[in-house]
Amino acid sequence: MKEMSVSLRCHKIIGGYGEGAALVSQEPICFYLTDPKTGIVREKTHELFGKTISNRVLVFPSGKASSVVQIDGLFKLVKNGLAPKAMIVKDVETVLVVTAFIAQVPLVNRLERDPLEAISTGDLVKVDANKGTVTITKNT
Amino acid sequence: MYLSKEDEGILKGKSGIGTQKALELLAAIGDAYDARRMVPITRAHAAASGQEGDLYFAELLANGGARCRVPTSTNPVYDIGYFHRMFSNIPKDEASVAQKVVEAYRRLGAILSWSCVPYLNENIPLYGEVVSFSESSATPYVNSVIGAHTNREAAQSALAAGVIGKTPEYGLLLEENRKATHLFEVEATLSDEFDYSLLGYYVGKIVAYGIPVLTGIDRRPSTEEFINFCAMSNTSGAVSMFYMPEYTMEASSMDEAFHGDVPKERAVVTDVELKEVREELQTASGEIDFVQLGCPHYTLKQVAEVAGLLDGKRIHDGVAFWVCTSATAKLLADRIGYSSQIEKAGGHLVADTCIDEPCWTAYKEKVGMTDSPKCAYYRRFKEVVVGRLEDCVNAAVKGRWG
Repeated sequence: MKEMSVSLRCHKIIGGYGEGAALVSQEPICFYLTDPKTGIVREKTHELFGKTISNRVLVFPSGKASSVVQIDGLFKLVKNGLAPKAMIVKDVETVLVVTAFIAQVPLVNRLERDPLEAISTGDLVKVDANKGTVTITKNT
Repeated sequence: MYLSKEDEGILKGKSGIGTQKALELLAAIGDAYDARRMVPITRAHAAASGQEGDLYFAELLANGGARCRVPTSTNPVYDIGYFHRMFSNIPKDEASVAQKVVEAYRRLGAILSWSCVPYLNENIPLYGEVVSFSESSATPYVNSVIGAHTNREAAQSALAAGVIGKTPEYGLLLEENRKATHLFEVEATLSDEFDYSLLGYYVGKIVAYGIPVLTGIDRRPSTEEFINFCAMSNTSGAVSMFYMPEYTMEASSMDEAFHGDVPKERAVVTDVELKEVREELQTASGEIDFVQLGCPHYTLKQVAEVAGLLDGKRIHDGVAFWVCTSATAKLLADRIGYSSQIEKAGGHLVADTCIDEPCWTAYKEKVGMTDSPKCAYYRRFKEVVVGRLEDCVNAAVKGRWG
């Protein structure tokens, strides 16, 4: 069967390129509540509980929690080589911009389609923030 | 976003890599919010935390030769010399991170206030000023009590704005975004800052992201009551601004606060809700190991109250008693004699220090009592009792609460 790829426009917030398997969360994410040594989400009530965000293209609605904890959380993952490859969000606020900037993880929003519907966990996703494109290859 | 010729030069590195990085961050925030332009600011407050991410950014700017162009104050880390003399169990690498944070901000030319209430003494905005203030109590206090304009900045975006002397024009810098969202009719008894703390914590939880209006407040809140309402509502929620018509600077009526619109949500707050907040935060009762006051930093007036309450009393042998304040208030407390009164009773008054720092390692497994819901929420100790100042002092003397 032929591989199906679709390319969508997006809006760059933090530039760069990253590709990997998608991990989709319908819930906001706090990086402080992931294990800095594994990247595994340890927030018990979270839908991603027990899954790792490391080396994934993370697709989620928005960040949550204060700047201090959010930055500390993602920065520790970066230092341990466990950060996500790129992040695609629906809503963005100052704290998430600062967090992604410091971690140097590409961050985009305003995908042509709702990213939480267009992308499924396991799809291969290429984020080229500088060009403003997201390429999705469905995992069939 | 439109950038001036000078700013475009900065982005190309003409003013050094530190200034370039600062503007890159601000430009990314501008892009995220579709800001049309950058606007000048007169001052900034960076909520430095002494954590690694914070250090990384401060050093990135400082090593790149950046200097603050407008007065930029700093949040508390901890009094390194004092705490390492006092406790031998604070990890050494923590001291080195804190020391490097101090050095980085010094090289950046910041006002080394190490205070979380800089708007009282060291860095005071005026009505109508555009500023860039991070820190939970600072953002809503500056917007509402003073009537200056700031967004809810992160430590790094505030520092970057201090370096560039500008911020992207977005969010609360635009009049239409200063419109109220929620209405709270307050029926609860509000006798002091502790009641305002509980009220703030409750309001923040309900609002999450939004701008509340509070009515039914029957007297002008004190400085300390405002500070604590701000700190708590911006801890349990993200409240960057609020209205108490007659007592806050913008909007003299409810209608004006809502820009003629109707509230998205309304709620009545009674003593019952405030009692529930306290009970929800508290995890223990009975014997206590220590008392931690001054989150946010106690004002000189509060330090005087502590000294007065401790007059003629002796803190229980098994209890440590800590009061955190600003360097400015500490200097005056030393001069006036409050510091020695507190020490005479067996307590400690300490400047430059936040409750959320590694210097408190000794209390990791202990039971602490505090008058601050924010301290209870971010605590670096095991179990917590929450009560008003008088109760904290009485418990410290008796060695137990309840």
